[in-house]
Amino acid sequence: MRHSFLDRYSRLVSPIHGLSILSKLASTMMLLIIIVTLPVAFYGIFAVILFLLCIVAIMSRIPLLFLLKRMALLEVFVLTVSLLSLLQPNGILVFSRLVLKSSLCLFTIVLFSNTTPFSKLLEALRKWRVPPLLITLLALMYRYLFVLIDEMERMQRARTSRTFVRNRALLWRSLATIMSQLFIRSTGRAEKIFACMCSRGWQ
Amino acid sequence: MHIPDGFLDAKVIIATAALTVIGVGAAWRQTKKQLPQQQIPLLGLAAAFVFAAQMLNFPVAGGTSGHLLGAVLISVLLGPSAAIIVMTAVLVVQCFLFADGGVLALGANIFNMAVMGVLVGNAIYRIVLRILGGERGRIAAVAIASWGSVLAAALCCAGELAWSGTVAWQTAFPAMAGIHALIGVGEAVIACLVITAIKKTRPELLAVDSRPLPGRTVATVIVYGVVIVLGLVLFVLPFASAWPDGLETVAAKFGFDHQALARPLVPSLMPDYKFPGLDSAAFAMIAAGIAGVVVVLLLVFFLSRRLKGNT
Repeated sequence: MRHSFLDRYSRLVSPIHGLSILSKLASTMMLLIIIVTLPVAFYGIFAVILFLLCIVAIMSRIPLLFLLKRMALLEVFVLTVSLLSLLQPNGILVFSRLVLKSSLCLFTIVLFSNTTPFSKLLEALRKWRVPPLLITLLALMYRYLFVLIDEMERMQRARTSRTFVRNRALLWRSLATIMSQLFIRSTGRAEKIFACMCSRGWQ
Repeated sequence: MHIPDGFLDAKVIIATAALTVIGVGAAWRQTKKQLPQQQIPLLGLAAAFVFAAQMLNFPVAGGTSGHLLGAVLISVLLGPSAAIIVMTAVLVVQCFLFADGGVLALGANIFNMAVMGVLVGNAIYRIVLRILGGERGRIAAVAIASWGSVLAAALCCAGELAWSGTVAWQTAFPAMAGIHALIGVGEAVIACLVITAIKKTRPELLAVDSRPLPGRTVATVIVYGVVIVLGLVLFVLPFASAWPDGLETVAAKFGFDHQALARPLVPSLMPDYKFPGLDSAAFAMIAAGIAGVVVVLLLVFFLSRRLKGNT
């Protein structure tokens, strides 16, 4: 399937990918809490965390270029909001603190999401007694995400290849048509899915 | 408008997480009651739909592009409780797969967009629909509600950022409110167009009209209302303008403000909206706000009981 872009590298084989979900999730959460709550004065500890994360990144065999591109994309959001913080007294300090902490947290989450297949994450949640219907909902969403994105791209390609006019009103209306068609097909699909699940014994 | 990690401090994270748990928990129980088992695939697909729809960028003026939030769109199609669940699922997946929005800030993001966006938007939708009615009224209701939902989410986001000390309120409020007032217009237009398109092809899919959905209890409405009010009291109230209001300004200008009595004729429990005995001015105001809301709620509750008993 073309759209493995969401967790493209989460099924590699590496020492990091082999760790249990519980340990990865627990260490991610702990790391995030430490990064967010630690005052910036302890920059020694931040350097240690950065070093650890780099080691994990190298050991996980995820292509570094991919990691850098992901981080660059997400940094744009961080920077736009952080720029607002410059406009206050003490702005530079607040700004640098924000950028430092957000970037470290982003690095952690990117590493976590690219070493953990989403389905394994859902299994772990099910073991922790998150309501099973909620798990089913998330699993179905993940499963059909790729199908819907494919469909959406096909519709967009069809629209682009059939319209030669750069009329903005037309663009918006055809966008609405694409979205409405997407939803209507989703409801039809949902009914078929329910029938299939029931006929295979789902309660 | 997903808040990344590191922008909110501990107290805001905990407060928003608590409110999110209450709101999403109420929505989950409501959804299980209202929608039978077979709707679970529909919710999953709807979540995938919102995700895919959010990836469609629409051209806004000057080379920028915006994208849909979808809270009001989904709540018109599926009802408010299901909409909260769907938006929560979308935000959870975006957080864990895309790192779009921090993990610790997930509570805040869900509160802003899934809970506040859906509830405020749905409330506006119902009110406008009841006032205007008819098909034109539905379009107007969707438009105003979509705009309102985006703005409500942006306001709460600004309040959370300001309360964490990340961005000063004087910067956060105009920036967030201003930009999202414009984005809200795009959201309103897209939502109206999509609802119109769905109505033309499959009108039976529009779930919500002005009648309340079956199985919805007073308790759920109260819980939703309390969540909205608490959100506003915690995240927007502390930044209310301290400038004098219209009467005080005129009195100062024309020189009769000294005629106001220094102490009121009837002593009050919480003078000037400050809860007595608390040190921090902000907490005093929040506590007074919560106390006031509780008193009004109880008062209205008992009054309505009394009035109902008389008919």
